[in-house]
Parts: sequence; C-alpha cells; structure tokens
Amino acid sequence: MLLRELTEASGVSGNEKEVRDLIKSSLEGYVDHMETDRIGNLIVHKKGSNPGGKKLMIAAHMDEVGLIVKDVDSSGLLKFMPVGGIDKRVLVSKAVRIGDKKLPGVIGAKPIHLQKRNEWSKVLDIDDLYIDIGANSKEEAEKQVSIGDYVSFDTAYMEMGNGVIKAKALDDRVGCSLLIDILKSGIDAEIYGAFTVMEEVGLVGAGPAAFRIKPDMAIVLEGTLCFEMDELDSHQMPTMMGKGPVISLIDRTTVYDRNLRDLVVKIAEQNAIPYQYRKTSMGGNDSGKIHITGTGCATTGISVPTRYIHSPLSLISKSDYDNTYNLVEAIVKEFEKGAI
Amino acid sequence: MDFNVELLEKLVSVYGPSGDESLISTTIRQEISDYVDEISTDALGNLIARKKGNGKKIMISAHMDQIGFIITDIDKDGFLRFGNIGGISPDISLSQKVIFKNGTIGAIFSEPLEKSTERKLENMYMDIGAKDKEEAEKMVGIGDMCIYYSPFAHNENVVFTPYLDDRVGCFVAIEALKRLSDTDNDLYFVFSVQEEVGLRGARTAAYGIEPDFGIAVDVTAHGDTPKAKRFAVGLHKGAAIKVKDNSIITHPSVRNTLIDIAREENIPYQLEVLEFGGTDSGAIHVTKTGVPSGVISIPTRYVHSTVEMASKEDIESSIALLKGYLSKKL
Repeated sequence: MLLRELTEASGVSGNEKEVRDLIKSSLEGYVDHMETDRIGNLIVHKKGSNPGGKKLMIAAHMDEVGLIVKDVDSSGLLKFMPVGGIDKRVLVSKAVRIGDKKLPGVIGAKPIHLQKRNEWSKVLDIDDLYIDIGANSKEEAEKQVSIGDYVSFDTAYMEMGNGVIKAKALDDRVGCSLLIDILKSGIDAEIYGAFTVMEEVGLVGAGPAAFRIKPDMAIVLEGTLCFEMDELDSHQMPTMMGKGPVISLIDRTTVYDRNLRDLVVKIAEQNAIPYQYRKTSMGGNDSGKIHITGTGCATTGISVPTRYIHSPLSLISKSDYDNTYNLVEAIVKEFEKGAI
Repeated sequence: MDFNVELLEKLVSVYGPSGDESLISTTIRQEISDYVDEISTDALGNLIARKKGNGKKIMISAHMDQIGFIITDIDKDGFLRFGNIGGISPDISLSQKVIFKNGTIGAIFSEPLEKSTERKLENMYMDIGAKDKEEAEKMVGIGDMCIYYSPFAHNENVVFTPYLDDRVGCFVAIEALKRLSDTDNDLYFVFSVQEEVGLRGARTAAYGIEPDFGIAVDVTAHGDTPKAKRFAVGLHKGAAIKVKDNSIITHPSVRNTLIDIAREENIPYQLEVLEFGGTDSGAIHVTKTGVPSGVISIPTRYVHSTVEMASKEDIESSIALLKGYLSKKL
C-alpha cells in the first residue's frame, strides 16, 4: 500500500525530496505533466478528455513536523530545534532517524532517578533533551551527522484494531495518498494537483503553487485533528474517527466559501457519503494561502479525522479514508460537469 | 448639517459577517449604482465599483464584513456552541442578543463559572429558545453565522450602534462618491470582504485593480474616556489621518496630501499613531510591486462592542477629506 511508503518516508518541512520522489514515481504515466517548481512543490496536470475549462486545483502538503540538528556537543550528543508545531511533551524517549542516511537515534533526557522532586512535575524543555546516536565523542558524531540535518520520527506503519492505520505523518501523507488515488483513478476530468512544501512552517509552498496554477476552485486535502473522550461535551470534540470526511467551516486562515461548502454537503448527501463538520476554528492549512492568491478563489477543506497529529504517531480509520476518497471523487466529477 | 442618518442606520443594520457579505453587498450596490460606471463582484465577494477617469488609479477600500459568531455544535437540548469570527470579546458578548441570516434571534450566556476571569467563548453558549436539538436544527445549522443584534441610536453629537466598524467607512465612501463632482482620477471603490479575519478581501481586490494609490476608510480607537490608554485620538476632533498601526506605516506622500487638503479646506483633522490593529491599507500597500497608501480613520469609542460610538462631525469631516483627496489631481 502506498500509504505505508508515504508515511515511512522522511519529509520534514524544507526537506521533502524523498516524499516528492515517491509521489513522482507513483504518478508516472498517469498524468500529462509533472514539474517541481522553484520552491519544491510538485505540480501535476492531468488534462482529461476535455481540457481548458475552469481550473480545479487539489492540494495536499508533503511535509511533516520534525526536528533539525542545531549542535553537536563534546560528548557526541545532538542538540536540536523543532520544525513545525510539536508538543515538546511527546519527545522524550522517542526513536528518530537523522539525515539522508536515516541514521538511528533516540531522544534522551536525565533519568528520573537523578531528577529532583520538583522536576517530576515539569515538562522537559527542548533544551533539556538531546538525540543520542551512540557516538562517544563530537568527532565520532560529526562523521555521521552535521548541523542542519533533518530528524524525523522512526515509526513503522501498522494496521490495528478495527480497520485503523497507525503511522507517523498522516498529517498530511493521507492527503497526498488521496490525491494520488484521485489522479490515478481514471476519472475523466482535468485536475491540477499540487503537492506542497513547508505547510507546517507557515503555508509556505501553497501560495506559489496557487500563483502558478491560478485555480477557479481549490480542494485542500488534510489529516485534521481528532480528539474524543467520554468526559467531553459534543462541542469539545472537533471531529470523530469513523464518522466520515470532515468539511471545514472556518479556521485561523480561511473562512471557507459558503456556497461551495453547501454544494459539497449536497454532493455528500446525494451520494450517501457520511460527513461531519470540523467543529473548531483552531489551526489552518494551505487554503489560507490559496484562496487569497492573485485575485482569489473559492476553496473547500476536506480532511480525514486523524488522532494524535503532530506527534510521533497518528491514527486514521480506513473507512474514513474510503469515504473521503468517495467524496472528493464525486466533487471532481461535478466540477468537470460544470455543476460547481 | 446634512448628515444622512437614515443611510448610516440602514448600513449598520444589514447582515454581513466575514465570509457571508452577500446581503450588505446588494444593499451597497443599489445605493451606488447610479453614481459609478462599472460594478462587479470578485471571487471572494468584494464589491468593486469604478468611476472612470483618465488620471491616477485610486483604490478606496471600506470593509463591509462584520465580526460575529459561527455555530460549531448543537447539543441534545438545543443549545448552540460557537466560534468567533474576528475579534470577539467574551465579556462583551455575555447577555447579548444575536441574529442569524434567516432572522433567528438568539441570546448568549455562559455556563456557571467560579470566577469571571474563566469566561471564554468555549464555555459560553447560545440559546435560541428551542426545546430540543431537532427543533434547533430547523432554525439554525452548524456553520451558520450570526451577528450582534442591538438597536441603532443617535443624538445631536454621536451615533451609538454595533458595526460602525466598518459600515461607517462604507458610509463615508458612499457619501464622498455621491458628493463628488467630476475628477480626472480613475476611482475604484472597493467594499471589501473578510477584513476582520485578516485583511483578506483587500488583498485580492488590490491584486486585480493594481492601483497607483490606496486609501482605506475605517474606524480607529480612542484615548478620550476615563483612564483610557494614552492615545491622542478622540471624538469631535476631526477626521483622523493615520500615521501608523500594526499593518502599515502610511506613505508620507499620501499622508501629507491628506494633511494639505485638510488645511486648505479647513477640515478638522487629527493625526493617528495607533500601537495595535490594522486595516485594508495594510494589505493594499504590499500588493505586487507596492502601492503608496494611507488611511482616513473615523475616531470610534468601544470598537467591537455593541455600543460603538462616533461623532457626526468627525464622520462629516472624513467625508469631506475623502472627497477632497479623490478630487485632487495626483
């Protein structure tokens, strides 16, 4: 399954090459044109049999949150900085891979035995953590890593429970995978696909991608936050796993076009596809840049509910994946018909 | 004073939260269509009206969107939960009435709290008087937006109403347009969308228009009430000519032209150095290769509340100043 390869590839923001190469090879022969733009976005064009009408852009970001090496200390331990929004509480004791050679490492910290009592209740700061690659000295470490090397979590893809996928970077490899599936599906439609870079550090790639494509409408595919617990009221749970694709209302970067949103809902209902709304205004995605690029365009945000995003592992449900695919495919068909 | 209070009341009363500005757009379109040569709406919903000329291209931007609320959840008893659209204060929102596009009225209240400092939008709710979820869903859907519902009032000196921000800017632009005689300048009046969520409409409008100069017309804060944070702008002291805020340092040539006009035409004015906030010029001036831009601000007390207050004299001065700028050979 491609999602396994996509999520096991490293693609921390600014270093998306491995992911991009994987996507390029998987799309070979399925699209009419592929181009990596100057900032690193992979822009693909599938003409369909009736090209030249209004332009549909579908975007998914290739990058993931991770770390970057900032220093090597005299004992050979690596100091690092986060890339993108990482909860520092999830870092300690995690396995990571460093640099292009995927050198294994472990995020270490002072053991509990040596901590003072008041340290137990404190969150370990990034500066209290380091990456241990098993080197004994700075010289030994520097033979294998250098400052500026990217670090990604070392998490194997796994299927578990009742149709649930565990993997790292489902935000947003799930979007990449959906977009690849759409492009390979054989739907007769003209599509501009944008696999964007550096979304996690400020929606950097999406603006240039939209500027190039100049879409009339854009769909942004995401893995979005999902958090469900018994003690929460319904309004405190932004999305629910297994309840179908998530349609965005508003977030910090976009007020999603109301008419388009209503059409998307109508398409879901006509095709008996379950859907849910994203019940929070927190967060943002590539839509924030796409809809205000040039003279602007209508965008819709469609996401797979994804538990534990921005951590070393995340979960999605296969049924949500399939229903999200079905919804996006139905939207593409309606757009191609001129109904949107 | 020929202050058109009926038009201002009409403008502040029409529904138009950020992202759903169609009703106010229609209202303004009807109001101005006899005074302009071309009128259009772009992809985000900006209303763009052109009064043609052979001279410099000036974009005048007043935003027509309003802060408000978006429904995110309807519970089993029919109570609504919501997120903010733009700068909404929990304290100001408590016990306010709101109105939806379809006319449904609601009231905002809060869960019982130990301390009022715990009050956040997350622990507040809207009550639309529904008996249960099913009944509520007939009145309102998730994703629907509402705005403050509070009557317009005025006296000799001032108006008090929600949504002077920025319907008073729309009012100033409309009145200046109506009072303009012929000018060489090529004027693009933009009634912009989504200013309150990040100057989004002005950005795409400016991209399409490529103006030579930009002028935003918007409210600004005040420093003339008991123990107010020190700020030199106050009511009844004239139109405010912006020097800076958090989105722009206005272009000296535009700012000085406005000052010269005010002096020549005896229009009361004051200079505004605002330490926070931003308005459409912030997006316009960095569009493409850059656009020299300025701002005419209407001094307004209690911005983003339901009792925003501005001086009728200041509003008239702002109209006169904008008309003067648009008439000038640039």
